Amino acid sequence: MRMTNEEIIRIINDSLIKEFELDRTKMVPEAMLYDNLELDSLDRVDMVIVLENAFKFKIREEKEIRDIRTLGDIHKFVINKIRESERIS
Amino acid sequence: MQLRRVAITGVGAVSPFGVGADILVESLFRGESGTVVVPELRAIKGVRSHVAALVKGVDPGVIPRKHRRSMSRMSVYAVLACREALRQSGLPAECLSGGNMGISIGSTIDSIDTFQKFFEEYLAEKSMEQMRSTIFFQMMNHSCAFNVSQALGIEGRVIAPSAACSTGCQAVGLGYEMIAFGKQDIMLCGGADEFHPLTTASFDIINAASIIYNDRPRETPRPFDRDRDGIVCAEGSGILLLESLESAKKRGAVILAEVIGFATTSNPENIADPSAASMVVCMKKALTDAEISPNEVDYVNAHATATIQGDIEESRAIHEVLGKDVPVSSLKGHLGHTMGASGSLELIATINMMNRNCVIPTLNLENPDELCKKINLTRKLEERRIKYALKNNFALGGVNSSLVLRRYENDK
Repeated sequence: MRMTNEEIIRIINDSLIKEFELDRTKMVPEAMLYDNLELDSLDRVDMVIVLENAFKFKIREEKEIRDIRTLGDIHKFVINKIRESERIS
Repeated sequence: MQLRRVAITGVGAVSPFGVGADILVESLFRGESGTVVVPELRAIKGVRSHVAALVKGVDPGVIPRKHRRSMSRMSVYAVLACREALRQSGLPAECLSGGNMGISIGSTIDSIDTFQKFFEEYLAEKSMEQMRSTIFFQMMNHSCAFNVSQALGIEGRVIAPSAACSTGCQAVGLGYEMIAFGKQDIMLCGGADEFHPLTTASFDIINAASIIYNDRPRETPRPFDRDRDGIVCAEGSGILLLESLESAKKRGAVILAEVIGFATTSNPENIADPSAASMVVCMKKALTDAEISPNEVDYVNAHATATIQGDIEESRAIHEVLGKDVPVSSLKGHLGHTMGASGSLELIATINMMNRNCVIPTLNLENPDELCKKINLTRKLEERRIKYALKNNFALGGVNSSLVLRRYENDK
């Protein structure tokens, strides 16, 4: 069944909160990963694994990942990725 | 020989009795045992020893995630023990930075739990896709030491001695030397280890683990006792904060004791068999370093793990160096063998014995072995003024270490 954008965002936020022990009140789209959520380069590596596990896709080699700066960027990236795979299938 | 006197101004412990040096020391004085039956061991084919002394009461969540993510359990233990030692020392925060405060903390092996977690996926799936970025940090040889540095912001030397059961004692000795020779002003020193069945199995396979008290865990291990049957594996971390006496006095710190001598030697005769002759050399060198004569030693805290041969060899060695009168006890009966942490945890207890004028007896020592009886084995709490104490650790793999403590007296 097709997930809504809201459902995808909820799964992303819940996964990141669990993995990185984040404060839910800070999970706004404009939150900067480094400055506001206090993540770093190691967390960025683990974030890919967390998202891959949550959505059962492979994204490690995707170039767009390098441009992700905010939580909203993650939301957009994952939504696009899922919609793209829906189109293909 | 030391160019500067070295004081101990803080201690911290995570042990089978819980988190905190006070809990450790009070449990030892009360004669409690940390040994329990571990069902996990019972379920493993080929492992006959089903007992261990496991740490309890640890909440890793008190360490911020950014620091905790690179830690296995043993690093968590070490960081909690370091925090306690720092608190007790009253050391101002500015001492941690600038490179004059260092770390000497080691372990017997790296985190087997972490290796296991990695290899479970690697071997089953031929995959590393789930490998987290911080797993390697938990496996590195100096994991405890650098995790302490990261978590506490310590900028000086970071060394991670590894000498099996001698690790904790050796780490304190090396820290003492760095301060004595002016290379560092302050050092956090000690050892840490976490329990894994591999350790029990390793001792069991060479017939050195306790196997006949599985239904009576509190009765084992039994150092120096006629009915001892081997070691009980344990875990934890013991940390001592060492600083130059000058620095401690200048800032008005409470001085718990002084480290005045240290030696570490090797027994190359056999990788597993203990040797009295080798132990004798180590103890004598420590006393020489401390510039005291054998008859000045008031108490020996023995390594004595309750193996058949190890206890006999150490008894012979102590008798040869110190004679028959000095009180000797082992704390393995209470704590089990905390491996890399044993030297430093037992040093914390020894400092307390000095300051309370009381010797803690060996737990479970009911009938001294005829071959250990030549020395004065303490069997009940004994009032005694201890000015000089000798701490031994003699490791599987052949590394010996002995450290000499002196009660702090301002006029020496």
